[in-house]
Amino acid sequence: MMFTFDGRPVPSDGQQTIAAALLAGGIRSWRRTRLGGRPRGVFCGIGVCFDCLVRVNGVPAQRACLVPARPGDVVESHDEPQVRA
Amino acid sequence: MTGYDVVVIGAGPAGLAAAVTAADAGCRVAVLDSGPRPGGQYWRHRCDADGRGHRDWATFVDLRDRLGRVERISDAAVWFIGSRPDSPRFTVHAGSRVVAARRLVIATGAHDRVVPFPGWDLPGVVTAGAAQALVKGQGVCFARRVVVAGTGPFLLPVATTLADAGSTVAGVYEANDPFRYARHVRPVLGAPDKLPEAGRYAWRMLRHRVPYHRRTAVVAAHGTDELTGVTVAALDPRGAVVPGSESEVACDGLAVGFGFVPQVELAVALGCATRLDRDGSLVLATGPDLATSVPGVYAAGEVTGVGGAALSLVEGQLAAGAAAVSLGHAAPWSARRRGRLLRAHHRLRRFAAALHAVHPVPAWWLDRCDDDTLVCRCEEVPAGVVRRAMRELSVCDARGVKLTTRVGMGWCQGRVCGYAAACLTAHEAGRRPTVADLTGYASRPLAQPVTLADLAAADLTD
Ligand SMILES: Cc1cc2nc3c(=O)[nH]c(=O)nc-3n(C[C@H](O)[C@H](O)[C@H](O)COP(=O)(O)OP(=O)(O)OC[C@H]3O[C@@H](n4cnc5c(N)ncnc54)[C@H](O)[C@@H]3O)c2cc1C
Ligand code: FES
Repeated sequence: MMFTFDGRPVPSDGQQTIAAALLAGGIRSWRRTRLGGRPRGVFCGIGVCFDCLVRVNGVPAQRACLVPARPGDVVESHDEPQVRA
Repeated sequence: MTGYDVVVIGAGPAGLAAAVTAADAGCRVAVLDSGPRPGGQYWRHRCDADGRGHRDWATFVDLRDRLGRVERISDAAVWFIGSRPDSPRFTVHAGSRVVAARRLVIATGAHDRVVPFPGWDLPGVVTAGAAQALVKGQGVCFARRVVVAGTGPFLLPVATTLADAGSTVAGVYEANDPFRYARHVRPVLGAPDKLPEAGRYAWRMLRHRVPYHRRTAVVAAHGTDELTGVTVAALDPRGAVVPGSESEVACDGLAVGFGFVPQVELAVALGCATRLDRDGSLVLATGPDLATSVPGVYAAGEVTGVGGAALSLVEGQLAAGAAAVSLGHAAPWSARRRGRLLRAHHRLRRFAAALHAVHPVPAWWLDRCDDDTLVCRCEEVPAGVVRRAMRELSVCDARGVKLTTRVGMGWCQGRVCGYAAACLTAHEAGRRPTVADLTGYASRPLAQPVTLADLAAADLTD
């Protein structure tokens, strides 16, 4: 069972959230912050911190730690335009 | 809109116990939870879970089996509760769904408390709860070589769960000194199952060869794009770093937790009175029957003060029993059983108080939090900006800091940084954090993200 993250295929066991599948696939950061461009991935794991945001099938600002990974999903990093380098 | 006698929000130990008790008393009950499965944080599990790696699983299975007459609504994150003086008093909004209730039991639990330190926003640093939730709920270890740090007994299940699941645990760093439990003999003996439990963890740590360090903290995390190591340091009895005691530990994962922050925003929005608990958390003020200050609203579990799953189970029963009686139902128990519950409640609360006394948030982070250390991860506000606002703009409380610096105004709405921002503000002002400081970060008009379509469609005039 596969979805894609920024174009590359990532396997999931069919139950996992996007965050869990990315971690299992060795991807630990998948977003850059708006101001400092800092890398971010999972922090709280339960939908509280919003560090793990991704775009799922075009819908922005989805919490990867809550959204299940479905076969064929197109997941993209949630980089916002950098306003300060 | 469907109406119920009792609506329980949260399906963790407290909420499940409440739902089952209210149903046993003859109430029409619904329990809503934002997650896909009941169990809360304690019994977070995969859908084919058999209870391996879980404590008290039989209790969970029993509660789940008794949910028969309870309407269970999952994937339902409650974002607003309307209230009005007549009946049904409350309208509970979750996504586009609305349910009406004559009584509410708020059992929304808690999330990890962390404090800022250099490098705490590097990928590879997660909360202790996240590490646990990823193994229990997702079957994934978040890193290969892990350091577990912070304070409190929760560090032990986290370390052993990770070790059981295949991570190498490079060490557990407990900021306080567990030998201080010796000063709290009565509360510890009053909770007799806690000692063997501690023994079981010690045995599992030994078996996995996990080194345990007391009065030691991770004071910085290092790496450019990901975590590569941490600095650990010894702490003096007051929680300050012993100069020159720093050393480096290589790791690709750090799980860090300093206790928990109760999720009280729904209750705060309803006007429920709050108080500061012994661990510095803002919690709901309740009477002996777990009634809040707002008529018809009861609270149970971590929202009334962090104290663990056993206490949450007792509180859920007491709260739901009181709610049922207030609706004219007969109490779901004999006087003897109620007496037993009240005594258990007292004992477990006393144990929780001892726990908070032994495991305070240590003071080192306030000294180590340099001007460049992020306080608010979402809005990327460093400590220096908070300090400057206080010095140059004469801001003196947490609300002022929030408005002038944007701390707590980003995605998480202060859930992660609220406690630390309130402490930093109070520290700079030369005082202790107050209820008002913490309430500044717990007041959220909407408790959960909601789509504009749901918001536009909702009737919030109640
Ligand atoms: C991430 C995490 C992991 C933890 N893991 C463990 C562990 O493994 N072992 C242990 O002993 N303790 C653990 N704890 C401590 C745990 O909080 C308590 O032991 C116990 O679960 C508390 O029970 P509760 O019923 O009060 O709350 P919880 O178990 O936290 O249950 C609260 C429930 O309410 C739901 N909820 C919250 N807000 C809303 C809302 N607005 N709308 C709908 N539903 C909502 C949540 O999804 C959750 O299911 C963990 C805590 C955290 C934060
Ligand atoms: S990791 Fe915190 S919201 Fe997903």
